[in-house]
Amino acid sequence: MSTTETRAPLAAPASRARRDPAARARRTLVYVLLTLGLIVTVAPFAWMALSSFKTQRELGASPPVWLPSEWTLDNFRELLDRMDVGQALFNSLLVAVFVTVCNLLFCSMLGYALAKLNFAGKRPIFGIVLGALMVPGNLMLLPMFVMMSAMGLIDSYAALILPFAAGAFGVFLMRQFIQAIPDELLEAARMDGAREWYIFWRIVLPLVKPALATLSIFVFLGSWNNFLWPLVATNDPGKYTLPVALATFATDPTQADGSNGVLMAGAFLVVLPVLLVFVLLQRFFTQGIATAGLK
Amino acid sequence: MSTTTAQAGTPGAGPDAVVPKAQDDGAGPDRRRRDRLSRHNLAGWLFSTPFLVLFLTFMAFPIVATLLMSFTDFGLRNVTDPLSAQFVGLDNYTKLFQDDKFLKALFNTGYFVVLGVPLTIGSGLAAAVLLNSGIDRLRTFFRVGFYAPVVTAIVAVAVIWRFVLDPSEGLIAGLGHQLGVQTPDFLGSETLAMPSLIMMAVWRNMGSAMVLFLAGLQAIPTEVREAARIDGAGIFQEFRRITVPLLRPTMLYVAVMTTIGFLNVFEEPFVMTDGGPSDSTLTISLHMYREGFDFFHMGYASAMAYVLFVIVLAITTLQLRLLKDKT
Repeated sequence: MSTTETRAPLAAPASRARRDPAARARRTLVYVLLTLGLIVTVAPFAWMALSSFKTQRELGASPPVWLPSEWTLDNFRELLDRMDVGQALFNSLLVAVFVTVCNLLFCSMLGYALAKLNFAGKRPIFGIVLGALMVPGNLMLLPMFVMMSAMGLIDSYAALILPFAAGAFGVFLMRQFIQAIPDELLEAARMDGAREWYIFWRIVLPLVKPALATLSIFVFLGSWNNFLWPLVATNDPGKYTLPVALATFATDPTQADGSNGVLMAGAFLVVLPVLLVFVLLQRFFTQGIATAGLK
Repeated sequence: MSTTTAQAGTPGAGPDAVVPKAQDDGAGPDRRRRDRLSRHNLAGWLFSTPFLVLFLTFMAFPIVATLLMSFTDFGLRNVTDPLSAQFVGLDNYTKLFQDDKFLKALFNTGYFVVLGVPLTIGSGLAAAVLLNSGIDRLRTFFRVGFYAPVVTAIVAVAVIWRFVLDPSEGLIAGLGHQLGVQTPDFLGSETLAMPSLIMMAVWRNMGSAMVLFLAGLQAIPTEVREAARIDGAGIFQEFRRITVPLLRPTMLYVAVMTTIGFLNVFEEPFVMTDGGPSDSTLTISLHMYREGFDFFHMGYASAMAYVLFVIVLAITTLQLRLLKDKT
């Protein structure tokens, strides 16, 4: 707390809080409440992760066993037998990567135009972006299915990628960040005869790398977790994404018997990469949300 | 949203003084501005094209198409031959309000929203206030923990919770057994299934409300709090008189976004209960999905999608009005 003590107005209450027993009791209470909340938040994940390594006998044990007494990979083996995890993983990754790349490019292009170019129609386009933020996805579901069927795109990667290739959220986020770039910088490049594309590609994009990082995390995750449209747009299990494969397996009545361990193994595989990425990159998440939500 | 546009001019405020910036309005109709405007028309449209093409194809056109379909008897055979669907006027809409299942779904969705949204906002705000109450240790740790459910797939989370609530092998049943309490079959009970889904949704979405509130709380200048404290405000007074009023824009955003999300609830009942028992967790989206893709009553399902959309619009507008007026 050495930094606060150098600042006069804050120093008094901070050091008083240290000594004052009431303030200390309050701090303890805060920590107790936060810890309780955290236990409730984390317990289901812990239960899932541990259960996926349990034997059939311990899964049904009562009272419940937290730590498996013998760790087993049987659930994962059985999962691989019953469900094509590798293919689903590949599909999810492929779709998410393409969706992310498209969003990075298209959203920053429009974000740049809205932030730094003046052109007729700019205001209505920005209105469209704001409106699109509010439209729930299942309003488009039925005609999209008909459209994709008509084009023969059901069970294709294109059907899974194209509808999400340029999200309004991304445009909004990129516009916010690009707006902060000083205009003189772009003017100077224009004086030197640079084309808009060059300015965008060589000057603007390198300056908004943190925003691009934030956007890629959000878009990637959104795609990775997306469910309803992939469920509608695929019939062939070979094209299922991970959530669709997992949900299909979980809701299949013929698979229900004694499958809790296998299901936990499946949930473990879906959740683990995401949680790891999140913990490693959590800084970008909170920045991104704060920027997009409040500015 | 005015909160979003208000920011527009500020980042460039300094440079404005040096280089006359061709901003939307405010500047006089000087020659320079007009030149710049015309110079960027082509570039502006080229840069907008990819988004606009995708928007028109996958959003604008389907929104209109859903509306048109809702006035027809669009069925399975029309998937290959859309234009032969028969116009049936408002039949689908009148049928909807005589469909007991739809009315039940409408009620269930309302139940989910009315209980779920305030609980999510309340717990998110509580977590944010606790995290912002001057603690320095483990702040990031707690924040990451609370936010973790938000980033995980709803499908995976629903599968996990179905197991946690499982009457024979589940965590809660086991803990109850340990305490000598007979726990109910949460998802198998008509009265408890929906509250269980609500609890799960609150658990999952609390983190996103929390992060937004935290950002809002941090935007409140320390001086304001200091001043209140010097004037003798207690913790609760400070919360009521300073925190809540200054958080109103955040509250508005969180409320609107959470409500839109909750009105469209689909994955939770789809995975956990399949709408049951006896339709007690059937939501509008799930009913629409079944009518549309299990029975291919696509015209009928389109009408449902529109009713839901109108509800979303109405509630969003209402929230914007209610929360903004008091600012």
